[in-house]
Amino acid sequence: MSVQNLNSYDPFADEGDPLGDSADVGSTADYIHIRIQQRNGRKTLTTLQGLPKQYDSKKLLKAFKKEFACNGTLVDDEKMGQVIQLQGDQRAKISAFLVENGLEKSTIKVHGF
Amino acid sequence: MSEEPLFDPSLKKRKKKNVVFIEDPLGADADPTKPAPETIESTTINGESVDLGPTTAHELMAQEAKPEKTEKESEDFKAMFGDMKKKKKKKEIPMDFGEDSGTSTPITKDDAAPAAEGPTITADDLDFSDMKKKKKSSKKKAAFDLDAFEKELTESKKSSKTEGGEDEDDEGPEPDGSHLDNIDEEELGEDPFAHPGEAPVGLDAGNEPWLKSDRDYTYQELLTRFYASLHAANPSLLSSASKKRYTIAPPQLFREGNKKSIFANVTDICKKMHRQPEHVIQYLFAEMGTTGSVDGAGRLVIKGRFQQKQIENVLRRYMVEYVTCKTCKSPDTLLTKENRIFFMACESCGSRRSVNAIKSGFQAQVGKRSKNKTG
Repeated sequence: MSVQNLNSYDPFADEGDPLGDSADVGSTADYIHIRIQQRNGRKTLTTLQGLPKQYDSKKLLKAFKKEFACNGTLVDDEKMGQVIQLQGDQRAKISAFLVENGLEKSTIKVHGF
Repeated sequence: MSEEPLFDPSLKKRKKKNVVFIEDPLGADADPTKPAPETIESTTINGESVDLGPTTAHELMAQEAKPEKTEKESEDFKAMFGDMKKKKKKKEIPMDFGEDSGTSTPITKDDAAPAAEGPTITADDLDFSDMKKKKKSSKKKAAFDLDAFEKELTESKKSSKTEGGEDEDDEGPEPDGSHLDNIDEEELGEDPFAHPGEAPVGLDAGNEPWLKSDRDYTYQELLTRFYASLHAANPSLLSSASKKRYTIAPPQLFREGNKKSIFANVTDICKKMHRQPEHVIQYLFAEMGTTGSVDGAGRLVIKGRFQQKQIENVLRRYMVEYVTCKTCKSPDTLLTKENRIFFMACESCGSRRSVNAIKSGFQAQVGKRSKNKTG
């Protein structure tokens, strides 16, 4: 005799993480995304998202700013975590910088037009 | 000799393989392992060539097999190669024959079929040494014509008999050598090592003298012939370069006002790619980090200033990721959604793979904060 209502039943017990099983399908986790966004006029923003944890994004931002001669900021996003934001189209430069400093080129995804 | 220890293991391998394959004559041709069949072929060649003068095909096979053999089994024979070259120059072959024949003679003396085995067992020495002989002889005989060919046939028979008396192991390969020379003159040129490069050229050029002869055709010959006729019949298959390119009309971009772009022929392009416009538009927006809408005429209004070239780039990336088959590069694919996962099935090669879901990444705050409710 068991009353179902009295059981402490976790409805999501066997569900698991829906994306956990298919981690290879839609995983964007391993990639470093470099995106561009248009602002007003011919101005643009470059965002760097998905930096591996072992890198200090604050220091990286400092290096970026110095290297690319642009301003930038660190944005905390709820979903995306820390995102480096730079002024201007720095996609190619960021990619080259990261590759030069030992990141795998295949892990970097450059988006945009 | 110094190479003996190196030789022995390979010889043993050969023995096993050869024995097995000789038992199954069909298996020899069909066998996927490359080195073994070649040796078998050569052995059969050797065996048959002893009996029958004109089985030139087999000899050709042997000829082709040997250079390939040298490449494929280079691991085993690297050390030997140097020795072999030396042998070519020095003609030290008889030494090897004697030593090898000592091991293999018992088999060869038994039957005619084992006679085929004998040479293969010693194949490393014999084949290569033969090749050297062939090279030399072929160069010498280069001036000979068909008459010379016939003469050589008879000579080879004689020589095989005589040599058979002297050395049973030499029996198979020796006649081979003479025939091979003839073949060389006919279509391949003198150097068997250079053959792999030369043969396809000759065949492509339409020189297929082996078509008229009633010998067995080699795999290489038939393969090149197959491709030649295939490409002749279907020029579209020739290569990716000459392939009919998959073309799509360039995107038509207009400016609406100062801050919006209009992508006029989205629907046409989507139709051409066999993709849902929603999917394409979603990708465009995610990739360009912007938003927009589809107007009444089916045109896409994109926020921001974009040029045709930029949209083209994004579309190109979309094609790479979601349209062209990763396996066969064919754009003839279908995109279906199953359990929240998109699958791309290729119509031409049947491959099926999952593709990444479109995710728009981080969107930075642009413009006035007051306009943005979330910000």
